[in-house]
Amino acid sequence: MKLSKLVISICAVATISTASSNVFAAGETVPVKAMADALHLVMDSDRTIYTRKIVNRLVKKEKVIKASEHFDDDKALVLPAQMFRFGAELVQKRAKKLPDVNFSYSLQSLWPINKQNAPKTKAEKDGLKYVADNKGKNYYTEETLGGQKYFTAVYADTGVAPVCVSCHNKHKDTPKDDFKIGDVMGGVVIRIPIGG
Amino acid sequence: MSNMKNKNIWLTWLGLMAILIGYFAYTLTVSDDKTIFMPGDLTGGHHQIGVSCVSCHGESFSDEDSLQNSCIECHGEQREKPFDSHPREKFTDPRNADRLENINALYCVTCHVEHQPEIADETGLTQAKDFCVHCHENIADDRPSHEGMEFDTCASSGCHNYHNNRSLYTDFLVKHMDEEDILKKALLPEKELASVLDEIATYPHDRYPVTALTLKDIDAPAKVLVKTSQDIRHDWLTTAHANIGANCSSCHLDETKERESNSWIEKPDHKSCVKCHDTEVSHFMQGKHGMRLKQNLPAMTPFDARLPMKDDASHKILECNSCHQAHQYELDTASVESCLSCHDDKHSLAYKESSHYSLWKKEQSGELPKGSGVSCASCHMPRVAVDVSDWLRRTVVQHNQNVNLVPNDKMIRSTCLNCHGLEFSIDSLADESLISNNFNGKPTVHIESIDMARKENERHLKNVKDD
Repeated sequence: MKLSKLVISICAVATISTASSNVFAAGETVPVKAMADALHLVMDSDRTIYTRKIVNRLVKKEKVIKASEHFDDDKALVLPAQMFRFGAELVQKRAKKLPDVNFSYSLQSLWPINKQNAPKTKAEKDGLKYVADNKGKNYYTEETLGGQKYFTAVYADTGVAPVCVSCHNKHKDTPKDDFKIGDVMGGVVIRIPIGG
Repeated sequence: MSNMKNKNIWLTWLGLMAILIGYFAYTLTVSDDKTIFMPGDLTGGHHQIGVSCVSCHGESFSDEDSLQNSCIECHGEQREKPFDSHPREKFTDPRNADRLENINALYCVTCHVEHQPEIADETGLTQAKDFCVHCHENIADDRPSHEGMEFDTCASSGCHNYHNNRSLYTDFLVKHMDEEDILKKALLPEKELASVLDEIATYPHDRYPVTALTLKDIDAPAKVLVKTSQDIRHDWLTTAHANIGANCSSCHLDETKERESNSWIEKPDHKSCVKCHDTEVSHFMQGKHGMRLKQNLPAMTPFDARLPMKDDASHKILECNSCHQAHQYELDTASVESCLSCHDDKHSLAYKESSHYSLWKKEQSGELPKGSGVSCASCHMPRVAVDVSDWLRRTVVQHNQNVNLVPNDKMIRSTCLNCHGLEFSIDSLADESLISNNFNGKPTVHIESIDMARKENERHLKNVKDD
């Protein structure tokens, strides 16, 4: 019995090792693109869960609390986009002390409610346009900012819930009021310093 | 003869130089007062701690991060709470590297400079006039109402605040735009320390369990008790201290020393108060009253103040017990008479002629309910909601009297809006003559921020309707 379990385990490990190209040997570093993709997967999943299990559940289904841009004054939940930004700011603060994992990220849009979230650099402008025009594809490039070279990845941010779309369309500062569910409404930009 | 004369002149010169060098060397290395090396006088914001250069500059004068840390040590909490519109992380984000080259927003001294009191305002604040334009020069594209506005008007009363731009945002102006001058429910928040003691992790519950004490519980040593008057015992018994279990030893005993040695403190100071009132003491030491204590300098005195003070108050010592009389801790006294026993400026002197004071007297006499009166402390040391930790929000008396004064529209939320409409509050705080006579009358100036918000809102509602 014990022997059969051991054989199964060995087979399972061997199968996983040979089937997956993402298993790295000890001491091997993760390619920068894979790291960016992994970071985005975590960010996007956390944000999706916050949107679905907290905001949409409590605001739309249970109807027990509001979500508001002015969450302090309105005693409300922070909006998913704000949650994302606060996380990005905390990472920015903490990652500075960890040079080996230094990276930054932000949520931007070609149609931003807060104009400070419009793309600024060429990579951001090209990337946001690319992911809006090419659904399902990401954009990768390199750029130099403030004398530092970065690997920059841009991922589409899609309106998944009715509340995302309706809130953006109705906001008094929105430059676009005809978003539909499934539309690319913006993008997540991740930067990882490269080249020393 | 001539050689001898020259020799004497040289010797005199050398002697004078030696004295001069000795004086500077002594001042630089030994003396506590190094103000002689100061490149310019200090502003009203820091002059109290001017003798101690290291308070701001650290041991190394060339380390800009050390200077920055000193700013944050005292001003960091005010900057971050309740909300920081421009956190440092916004500028360390690589996408803002170009902005950082325009304006180095990572350091306080980029906008606020010291040793130039000639450019400071009356509160001691120096502030660059053009800091917004570096990043927001095209604001009129998004906000048509801002078209044609000068670059130095952003921080005008009732408008923008770099550190907390959420204080008077458009939606807030719209929400409060039609309020009456005096609200129907005009009451200030009540105190709540006793009711949240269980939640304060730093409160010494183990030594002083929350339970009402009587005269027989007094725990002062016998040699102290024989000198303790009946008045003192009575004062203590009638305060919140006796009511929640704070015994004589709570304040008078130094727990770091052996009980039988010199552990009894004759006159407790802030170091005793901080054991239970850490938030209050921390704020006190961030303000002008207590900032010297934070730097381990002798306490501030009215004599050292730059604001007009009463002559007979010159040598009072600014400690906790200066305003809160020992054993009595009478809050009503601390809220008015303690302030007026020192402050001698027009605004302070006009207080007792104001309608605020009239309400205060009526509250004292029981004619009006608690929270109806307006004392000096109601505005300058208001009871506000403070996140005392990441996990707990409390209503505490803000003992940093400077925190809502610079700019003074920071007082709108913490104080004025408890009783007044927003427009009335904004206009009143922009009216210098009204401030001078302690708000005895109605404002004679008008700030247009609510008018602009109203127009923006009407434009938005029209667009929604047209769609």
